[in-house]
Amino acid sequence: MYDVIIIGAGVLGGSIFRELTRYKLKVCVLEKENDVAVGTTKANSAIVHAGFDPEPGTSIAIHNVIGNEMYESLCKELSVPFKRNGAMVIAFDKTDLEKIRTLYNNGIKSGIKGIKILNKEEALKMEPNLNSNIVGALYAPTSGIVCPFEYTIALCENAIENGGEIKLNKEVVDIKKENDIFIVKTSDEENIKANYVINAAGVYADKIHDMICPQTFSIRPRKGEYLVLDKSQGNLFSRTIFQCPSKMGKGILVTPTVHGNLMIGPSAVDVDDKDDVSTTPEVLEEIKKVASMTTDKINYKETIKNFAGLRAISSNNNFIVEENFTVKKFIDVAGMKSPGLTCAPSIALEVIDILKNAGLELEKKEKFNNNRKKVRFMDLSADEKNKIIKKDARYGKIVCRCEQITEGEIVEAIKKSFATTSVDSVKRRCRPGMGRCQGGFCSPKVMEIIERECGIHKDKILLDKKGTWILRGKVK
Amino acid sequence: MKYDLIVVGGGPAGLAAAYEAYINGIKNILIIERDKYLGGILNQCIHNGFGLHIFKEELTGPEYASRFIDMVLSTNIEVKLDTMVLDIDENKNVYALNSKDGYMHLESKAIILAMGCRERTRGAINLAGSRPSGIYTAGTAQHFINIDGYMPGTSVLILGSGDIGLIMARRMSLEGAKVKAVVEICPHSNGLNRNIVQCLEDYNIPLYLSHTVIDVIGKKRIEKVVIAKVDENKRPIKGTEKEFLVDTLLLSVGLIPENEISYKAGIMADKRINGILVNESMETSIPGIFACGNVVHVHDLVDFASQEAQKAGKAAAKYISGKLNHGKYTNIKNGKGISCTVPQKFDFDCIDESLTIFMRVSNVCKNKVVLIKSGDRVLTKLKKIHLAPSEMEKIVLKKELLDNLESDVVISLEDGDIK
Repeated sequence: MYDVIIIGAGVLGGSIFRELTRYKLKVCVLEKENDVAVGTTKANSAIVHAGFDPEPGTSIAIHNVIGNEMYESLCKELSVPFKRNGAMVIAFDKTDLEKIRTLYNNGIKSGIKGIKILNKEEALKMEPNLNSNIVGALYAPTSGIVCPFEYTIALCENAIENGGEIKLNKEVVDIKKENDIFIVKTSDEENIKANYVINAAGVYADKIHDMICPQTFSIRPRKGEYLVLDKSQGNLFSRTIFQCPSKMGKGILVTPTVHGNLMIGPSAVDVDDKDDVSTTPEVLEEIKKVASMTTDKINYKETIKNFAGLRAISSNNNFIVEENFTVKKFIDVAGMKSPGLTCAPSIALEVIDILKNAGLELEKKEKFNNNRKKVRFMDLSADEKNKIIKKDARYGKIVCRCEQITEGEIVEAIKKSFATTSVDSVKRRCRPGMGRCQGGFCSPKVMEIIERECGIHKDKILLDKKGTWILRGKVK
Repeated sequence: MKYDLIVVGGGPAGLAAAYEAYINGIKNILIIERDKYLGGILNQCIHNGFGLHIFKEELTGPEYASRFIDMVLSTNIEVKLDTMVLDIDENKNVYALNSKDGYMHLESKAIILAMGCRERTRGAINLAGSRPSGIYTAGTAQHFINIDGYMPGTSVLILGSGDIGLIMARRMSLEGAKVKAVVEICPHSNGLNRNIVQCLEDYNIPLYLSHTVIDVIGKKRIEKVVIAKVDENKRPIKGTEKEFLVDTLLLSVGLIPENEISYKAGIMADKRINGILVNESMETSIPGIFACGNVVHVHDLVDFASQEAQKAGKAAAKYISGKLNHGKYTNIKNGKGISCTVPQKFDFDCIDESLTIFMRVSNVCKNKVVLIKSGDRVLTKLKKIHLAPSEMEKIVLKKELLDNLESDVVISLEDGDIK
């Protein structure tokens, strides 16, 4: 019997999870996949938005500004890379200039610090690789970049250290309420009981909702495709560059990532299949075409990956963060479209308030360790590097040559991991295989380490989700 | 720590370069190898066909490597295995890392770069579709089979007719996998002719020229690959789609020289070869830093990489003893029909007896004359019956031919015969 069950371990579920472990509560996250952060959280623009886009005064605008402020200290506590690199919205003509003026006014009303409008020269001076036909730009210095899955993994690791529980491979198939207690049934026939249920199931939030509540909304995935380029292209821009937004979203952005790559995307196409993260040649071409209006300096020969993610768009096109009117103690956290990632820390606090108002007793733990430590070998000084190698020689051995990740970091990630250890689960934790060779050289080595550390036979190691086998039996 | 010469990479190029420098009088040499053994990628190339030019016999990859490893081990050349070079600079400092010595700063009088190349990936060719497991570069699949002893799949489609892909078509067939097709976007194969015959035809594996993969289907493991014919601009033609039920897709779509540390040090690149600019002595744009093998440009045959490395090793020895002094350079330029040359420039006074030029043509062609000119002066003409972009041509020019040149050397393809 749990006090609170959270369904879904994306950035929202993870944020709420960690907040709840500050209190004397029994909290459990149920995730249908074999790791956290593998849905929408894994595949998005990875931007901590400044917040000039949403209508001032709306809950999205408020969460956006608060969430943006919270990221810096949260990432420090959790040892996750975060960079306040700033963002620009560029204008190509008079209409665009009017649009960025509106965005500027939004930003001022929402209390965004440092926001200003730049003329053409100022913008080009700050970002010389922009095309010279721009006529001006909005600049917001508080915009940031983060790695959303590393962040979510860190949230969950920290929550677990503080007494929280995660159950992976637990797909929820039914929810009942008997005598004011929820009975959550999973696909493996387990019945898990809780006083409160939080629905943070991403694109599946409508299905979870409908298991116990009257249907009030639906979630339609909006697919966004992206291209990631080698670090050789990562310094073309230091800020995130947007074009003017449309009703389908913020348009195609060009941005450095927090790890130094260049990323462009996303497209925006509404789809029906909630698991369809395939990319299409036409859309990838279209992304390049639109991005070429921002800059003609990108060398696409340096592309290292394309991917797609699904944003969860609710039928009322808004965030749904509320206790259900008819089924008390059931709380939806749904429709988390952009800027859901940015808003997550602030929404987690709101969910705590909702739980409190719904009668959950919140008593703080005497001891809450808000720190999660992680070694990033390459960021260490020469002395620190030598110190750690003396303690553990495995830090002296580079396994992933592109991202320069050591065996020590990989072993540490595997040991700390609460997930099924797969090649991609290791990649999401410490990045071997994220670079230009995309694991061509290091994946056999990572598998060797997994075999040794976890005792999983090489031909049983998965690439990622269930069914993603890599090897099939020994050679003759 | 100070060395006369540091060789970055202990594959075929690095080994040959280090040994050549040694027999030319340099004794204080260090080879840095990131893997746990010397030999580089040859260790996983267990097929034969290596060594025909250098040893006049057919060797397997490991056999070929061991010849050079034995030579190096017979000297007092120092070798650091499991060691990664993180940075080099123009003053020939080398920063490296391993478990035993930790983070090292090494100084040297000369450096030879021999880091080899990596394979182009799915991302590099921007192949769209789902992202299931079962998509490997051919070299990674080769590692799984030949080093680890595991099969990466049971039914296979191979995209790209590069040599590694062809070799893997045969290797996987021998291990009982069904290789359903090799698909090549170009109208011609990109592998050596002998590999087309020995690896595809002998195993009845169809080769689809002017075709490419347009979709990858499968949510967990790959289930299906869709290919289509392409037009002359390499665009898929609607209505020509064919489906293959396979659990494995191998990519053999080209190799890229691995020059991240070279470029960080400020070494000049040559975009035509995706590699680096060198002179007749295999010296890069930074004096005293040499390069050889696949880090400069991708070779078809390891023998040629070794020969190029020997040139680099010998030149590095000269440089260390103060005998390699460059003055006036003559550029070597692409003319009609030629896509690249290595080296890209030379100093007549630094040539020993002859100048070896490697070049590739832009298109498949027959009965052409390779014309080498400097201004109006014709240096030489060579008749070629068959030329293909996938086959590197080697041209050796006697030193006396190159005396007193006044303008760039231009290599071009012409019609007709040698008169």
